[in-house]
Formats: sequence, C-alpha cells, structure tokens
Amino acid sequence: MHVDLSINLGGIRMKNPVMTASGTFGYGPEYADLVNLDTLGAIVVKGICLEPKTGNEPPRTAEVASGMLNAIGLPGPGVDGFVREYMPFLRRHDVPVIVNIWGRTLEEYAEVAARFSDVEGIAGLEINVSCPNIKEGSQVFGTHLDLFRKVLDAVRAATPLPLIPKLAPDVSNIADFARAAEESGANAVSLINSFPAMAIDIKTRKPRLANITGGLSGPAIRPIAVRLVWLAARAVSIPVVGIGGISSPEDALEFLIAGASAVAVGTANFTDPGTAGRVIAGIETYLREAGHQRVDDIVGSLRI
Amino acid sequence: MKQEHAEVIEHQPIQGGYNLLVMHAPGIAPDVRPGQFVHVQVPHLNECVLRRPFSVFKTEGQRLAILYKDVGKGTRTLGNLRPGEGLNLIGPLGRGFPALQEGLYPVLVAGGYGMAALYQTARLLPVKGTAFFGGRTGGDILCVSEFENLGWDVRITTEDGSLGQAGRVTDALDPWMKNELGSREPELFACGPTGMLNAVADRALEQGWTAWISMDTNMGCGVGACLTCVVKVHDGRGGWSWARSCREGPVFECRELFREPANVTNRKSMP
Ligand SMILES: Cc1cc2nc3c(=O)[nH]c(=O)nc-3n(C[C@H](O)[C@H](O)[C@H](O)COP(=O)(O)OP(=O)(O)OC[C@H]3O[C@@H](n4cnc5c(N)ncnc54)[C@H](O)[C@@H]3O)c2cc1C
Ligand SMILES: Cc1cc2nc3c(=O)[nH]c(=O)nc-3n(C[C@H](O)[C@H](O)[C@H](O)COP(=O)(O)O)c2cc1C
Ligand code: FES
Repeated sequence: MHVDLSINLGGIRMKNPVMTASGTFGYGPEYADLVNLDTLGAIVVKGICLEPKTGNEPPRTAEVASGMLNAIGLPGPGVDGFVREYMPFLRRHDVPVIVNIWGRTLEEYAEVAARFSDVEGIAGLEINVSCPNIKEGSQVFGTHLDLFRKVLDAVRAATPLPLIPKLAPDVSNIADFARAAEESGANAVSLINSFPAMAIDIKTRKPRLANITGGLSGPAIRPIAVRLVWLAARAVSIPVVGIGGISSPEDALEFLIAGASAVAVGTANFTDPGTAGRVIAGIETYLREAGHQRVDDIVGSLRI
Repeated sequence: MKQEHAEVIEHQPIQGGYNLLVMHAPGIAPDVRPGQFVHVQVPHLNECVLRRPFSVFKTEGQRLAILYKDVGKGTRTLGNLRPGEGLNLIGPLGRGFPALQEGLYPVLVAGGYGMAALYQTARLLPVKGTAFFGGRTGGDILCVSEFENLGWDVRITTEDGSLGQAGRVTDALDPWMKNELGSREPELFACGPTGMLNAVADRALEQGWTAWISMDTNMGCGVGACLTCVVKVHDGRGGWSWARSCREGPVFECRELFREPANVTNRKSMP
C-alpha cells in the first residue's frame, strides 16, 4: 500500500511532516554535508531580527541529564545579512524554508515580517515570542496574552506569508495562547520552545551559563511538550507543530497522536544529524503497518 | 565532513589517565588534516545529548587514533569500549594547523592533549624544529619518543619537576628564545591550557611572529549550527565579532584573536 507522507501545513506544502527546529540546524549549509536537505519536510532557520546581533557571552550551553541548557542569545546576521548570505544557497534546494523571526518591539516584529514578504523562496515565518534568553522583550510577548495578540496582529497586518507563532511553554493556560493565535489569523502554531531553566557548578558556585539562566531542551522536556501539544491541539483547528525532545520515530508519533500535524527535531540534531531522516522513515513504516495512507489519519488519534 | 560508524581496533590506557583509541574509519581518516578534530557520540551514554570533541592524534590509511584523558562521564564511559565495538564519528571538523611558511623555524608548544593534537603537524612539517611540552607532572607528558623519532628536539617542563626542567613551559621557552633561537624566525604551533596559549600569544605578538593557537571551547553541534563554541576575533574595523571555534577554528592565528584584559574564552581557567 502506498503511504503519502506529504502534508499542507497552513498553506506550506511539505514532502513529509518532519522539520528542523530553529536554532538547532543553523541556516541550512552547516549540516548539508551530512543531511540531504531535500528530504526534509522543511528547514526552520535560526532566529532572525532586523539588524545583526552578537548574542550572549560564553558559556552559552551546558549539558544536563537528558538535555541541555542554552542561552545563545539570538545572535544573527539580521534580515539583509541572512538574505544575502544564505538565501542563494537555500533557493537551490527543494525544501520549504521557514524563517524564525523576532523583534524587540511590536514595530520591529512587523518590519521584519514585511521585509521577508518580498524575499523569493520563503515559505513562511515562525514567530518567536518565546525565547527565554533575551532581556529586551521577546519572551514577554509570549507570556502575556494581550502583548501576544498585539504582536500577532502587527505581524499579520505586515505580511501575507503563512505565519506560525511559536508558543512559550511557561504559561498558565496554553489553550488561551493557541486560540489567540488562531483568532489573529495565524496559519499554524508551533510548540514548545525551550523551557526556562538553570544549572549551577557547585565547585565554583557559579551558574553554568554566562547568562545565568537558559532554556532546557532535549528528551527531558518531551513529556511536558506532549501534554502542551495535546492541550493546544484540542483548542484550535489550525495545525500544530509538535516540538520538544524528539529523537526517534516513536517520539514523533507520540506528538502526532496527541494532535500535532507536523513535528520538528531540535537538540537531537546535535546528537545524531541523521535523526530527522530516521524519524521520517519510521513514521512511514508505522503508517504502513497500521494500514494508514496519510499522516492526517493518525493526527489527534489519541484514544481516551 | 562525514558521519560514520567507526570500529574500535585497539583501545588501551597509556599513562596519566590517558587512553589511546584506534579506530577503523575509512570515510574520515584519509581526509583529516593536522589539527582537525572528530565529534564522538559516546556509546551507551543515553542521558547525554551532546557529542564530545577530540583532536585527531594520528591517521594511518583508514585508521584514525585519538588520545583522550578521563575527565568526566563521557570520557569514562568511552573507556569501556572494546575492540570490535562501534562508535559514531563526525569529522574531520574545523580548520587545523596550516603548512609551515617558507624559511621559518617551527616551534611547537603543547600541554595536556595538545601533544596529541600536534603530533600530526609534527609528522608532516617539512622541517623538524623544537617542541616544548609542559605538564603538572611526568605522567602528563605524552609521546616524547614519537616526537623525537620524527627528529624533533623535545624540551620538557613539569611543575613538580618530576620530568625535565622544573617549572612551566615558558621557563624553558624564554631562555631558549634568548640564547638558542639566534637569527632564525620561528613560526609557533600551540595547543594546551588557556594560560599556556596566552603566554605563547603574548610572546608572538610582542615579537611580531606568527603563532597558530588551537582553542578549547565548549562545543554543541561541532559543525557550525548552534553557535555554542564562539571566540572573539578582530572584525577588521577596530571592533570584534564572534568566530565559531568548530568551523573557523579551533586553530586561530594569534593576531586574529581579539583579547581584552578580562576576556577569558575558556571558563575552565576563570578564577
Ligand atoms: C577542539 C577540541 C579538541 C579536543 N581534543 C581532545 C583530545 O585530543 N584529548 C582529550 O583528552 N580531550 C580533548 N578535548 C577535550 C574533551 O572534549 C573533553 O575532555 C571532553 O568533552 C570531556 O567530556 P566528559 O563527558 O568526560 O566530561 P564532562 O562530564 O562533560 O565534564 C567533566 C569535567 O571535565 C571538564 N571538561 C569538560 N570539557 C572539557 C574541555 N573541553 N577541556 C577541559 N576540561 C573539560 C569539565 O569542566 C568538568 O570538570 C578537546 C576539546 C576540544 C574543544
Ligand atoms: C542551541 C539552541 C538554539 C535555539 N535557538 C532558537 C531560536 O533561535 N529560535 C527559536 O524559536 N527557538 C530556538 N531554540 C528552541 C528549539 O527550536 C526548540 O523549540 C527547543 O529546543 C525544544 O526542542 P528540542 O527539545 O527538540 O530541542 C533553540 C534551541 C537550542 C537547543
Ligand atoms: S559547536 Fe555548534 S557552532 Fe560550534
């Protein structure tokens, strides 16, 4: 029986439901020797804002049990630098490019979105309102419902591109944020971003990150993410992208069954750059063995 | 850059907590240049999401060897690997040491695993010069006979005086520069603890010599994607920018590195 892995994620046509999570796959070329980019569902690039940014001092990451903390601080080349340095490379590939964007103010979010509207080869924008490592805003937009709506309205008014707000995990009611996204005209939502966290070196009594706190990612957060995805997916009819600790096909299937229409692989790219490929193959096998022809057949198929 | 499942051929402790691990890695070994590293997924260490970077010690045809010290859970777990078992490698990675400039006299300065990281350079350099090895104690000084067999003049210092001259590398390097270097212009190749690297850079900057320095930074992805491993470099406009140690490094020329009085790129050496 033929299994069709292709999906339509809020207007973005993908060969399969497996993408790379922002910040864990660079801007595309970094892993190109090891991963055939054309086999991915989509590439989500590292967060981009208006101007070039330097990010935080090292140490920027610390490994912890079944995960890692990061406080990279969103360094990047800015919109123009990104388009100049990386879009020619990305356009040569047959894979949707989703740009993760952020700003310090509402106006900046809108301007970044507007600028990308005119750039050839961009399939959609993931709106990062949930980075735990930026002092200048960002996460504030993701944890205050009224500010969250304002960002989404501003970005929606600025661009016709498909929009995927990326939800913060540390909110009291995730369904409210998912619904607000849908009401503001978002085409999908993704979740979760890394979870605010901290680790201390007891010998030196210093924080293990220069930024003191950072975001926890990896298998340690997966059960938290599965629950939040389940809650968000029940609340909206737009597609949900499940993110958090996915390192095997079984992990990804949990998210699909919980209600995600697609998934993103993050930290596991560091462990094994072949993870996304294994996840794609494993989803196909699972669908075939269960007698399904399309990914949608299992999305939200949780039996309670 | 390739990812491959290598097979352990030989694995044995050598001295001072160091182990020699020789692998069959036909996809990676032939492409390794001096000073490059491999990113190793430690088998049976499922709670660890990050690979561990190790400089390539030697390559011989399809064989690749690393010399590593047991310092934590990754290196301890690596120690259990038996010949015939497999482990996943990504490599070769990074920008290693360049070829010697015409007419210059090569000087190696190494501490810790730096002796392993410089071995391939020592082997391939067309001129064999002087190598300065420093450690806390005699057990930290690796591969002396290997370097001597290649024709290097090896000068050893240990802090406890148990091998070679008592003191630090600079206690041997400075008098040598003054009394033995003569009119030759050296080109330096260094890998070791941050303090040693700073001392080498200080001397090179002062004299206007070229010094290639291999940096030890925390690493995440190892391939340039995560921006964990950054060091400050001059941006050519009077300021600085970040360079990724795993891509633009780990080897930098000391004039590329941006140094400010309080800038210490390696947290392990912070007070
Ligand atoms: C480019 C590069 C090349 C390297 N080449 C070699 C090599 O050829 N041989 C070798 O033995 N080691 C080498 N290292 C260091 C090696 O990567 C670390 O020792 C290793 O990652 C430690 O892993 P672990 O799980 O055993 O220690 P962890 O459990 O992660 O850490 C345990 C302890 O080791 C210390 N530690 C961790 N990483 C480092 C580090 N990079 N340098 C110094 N101390 C560290 C930690 O501060 C901690 O105290 C290299 C590092 C880099 C960046
Ligand atoms: C090193 C690193 C950098 C990240 N950078 C970004 C970023 O720029 N923008 C963003 O929205 N999320 C970023 N994230 C969060 C991931 O995209 C993802 O949401 C999170 O890591 C959880 O997934 P995982 O457990 O599979 O890694 C980053 C994560 C890591 C580990
Ligand atoms: S370790 Fe990821 S960019 Fe260098």
